[in-house]
Amino acid sequence: MNKKIIDLWVGVFVLIGLAGLAFLALKVGNLLSTNEERNGYEIEARFDNIGALKPRAPVKAAGVVVGRVESIRLDGKTYEAIARLHIFPQYQFSADTIAAVFTSGLLGEQFVGLEGGGDSVMLKDEDRVKKTQSAVQIEKLISQFLFSKAAESPTPTLTPTPAPASAAIPGIAPAPAIGVKP
Amino acid sequence: MIAVFDAIGRVGSAVIAGVSRIGYATRFLFAILRHSGPSFMRPRLVIREVYQAGVLSLIIVCMSGLFVGMVLALQGYETLSRYGASESMGVLVAMALVRELGPVVAGLLFASRAGSAMTAEIGLMKTTEQLAAMEVMAVDPIARVVAPRFWGGVISLPLLAVLFSTLGVFGGFLVAVKLIGVDSGAFWSQMQASVDWRYGVMNGVIKSVVFGIAVSLIAVFEGYDADPTAEGVSAATTRTVVTSALAILALDFVLTVFMFRGEIN
Repeated sequence: MNKKIIDLWVGVFVLIGLAGLAFLALKVGNLLSTNEERNGYEIEARFDNIGALKPRAPVKAAGVVVGRVESIRLDGKTYEAIARLHIFPQYQFSADTIAAVFTSGLLGEQFVGLEGGGDSVMLKDEDRVKKTQSAVQIEKLISQFLFSKAAESPTPTLTPTPAPASAAIPGIAPAPAIGVKP
Repeated sequence: MIAVFDAIGRVGSAVIAGVSRIGYATRFLFAILRHSGPSFMRPRLVIREVYQAGVLSLIIVCMSGLFVGMVLALQGYETLSRYGASESMGVLVAMALVRELGPVVAGLLFASRAGSAMTAEIGLMKTTEQLAAMEVMAVDPIARVVAPRFWGGVISLPLLAVLFSTLGVFGGFLVAVKLIGVDSGAFWSQMQASVDWRYGVMNGVIKSVVFGIAVSLIAVFEGYDADPTAEGVSAATTRTVVTSALAILALDFVLTVFMFRGEIN
């Protein structure tokens, strides 16, 4: 009798333990999505600067998660960051897709955004994304902003000549914020 | 001069005693593993110990998990709301529980609730010469008494740690969503986006298995090695709790370094 009660309680204990593990796996750890993550294909994107992008950061297209950043390393010859992107099998992207590093929110995590193009040729496994756009660095933005501000309203004490400020400080004032690298 | 030599000698003998105790404990672990066959041939012995160590610790572990999760959510809200990121509360609660607090706090509770009981039980059996009587009856006390308790602990602690984390996440959910009013969809979806099954959950389970082995070994060893007196058993029980706590925290550091090294840099 007593043995049966102990068996019952141990059975209950093991079952709720396994149920807890299932809860952690499915509800907290999102195990089901990792199955589809295992399939799929990998593409490569070279960035001048990836900012604070981390491995396993999401890859998004139109805000939908379509993959994960597999690994990040530096090309020792060109000094470009090479990010390998793992794309889920159900998504296909055209060969002229643009990859860009974005930040979700002001202080949020960084992710790779893919913008599909119009090419009928699709990216395959081990292909490279040809057009990339680097991460926005807040320091560069601020310095660009400050320089352009200074160029707009030159104080008479600093620049007595009436020459246009962009000519006085060549190459800084109208610089494009982010360059698309071919 | 003689006092100095005496002091050095005492330090040396303490070190030698400590090291040989570790050696004895290792030998003891192998003896347990060698004699584990009979306890799996008679699973009822192990089941009884799972009941003693696991089922009876269930309530304290679940209640602690619930409260730890609730406190984490409250304290997390305090800081996260300052940065307008209170939706990340689910991430904070789940990461902290699954990776660290679940295995560690469940291990500490297990050491004080079940480990001390194991030590006291085996120590008292030794004091009242029950272990010696078994040997006289050609029953191996390691196979009959020690190994089932060891395996009971090793099986129980991972389950308890998982339940601790589960109840903690539930407690965090109660405070974050029901009390503070964080959006429940954001709570779960952010948690699922950042907690990885392999990196987060499985590493937590591996940790709790290691802690289970360490705590159970310390508990049965201290009991088996206790001085066969009333003071000896009480000192052994204290040593079990202290050594287990230290072992859990030190092992946790080592395991964390190995498991999450890739994410630090």
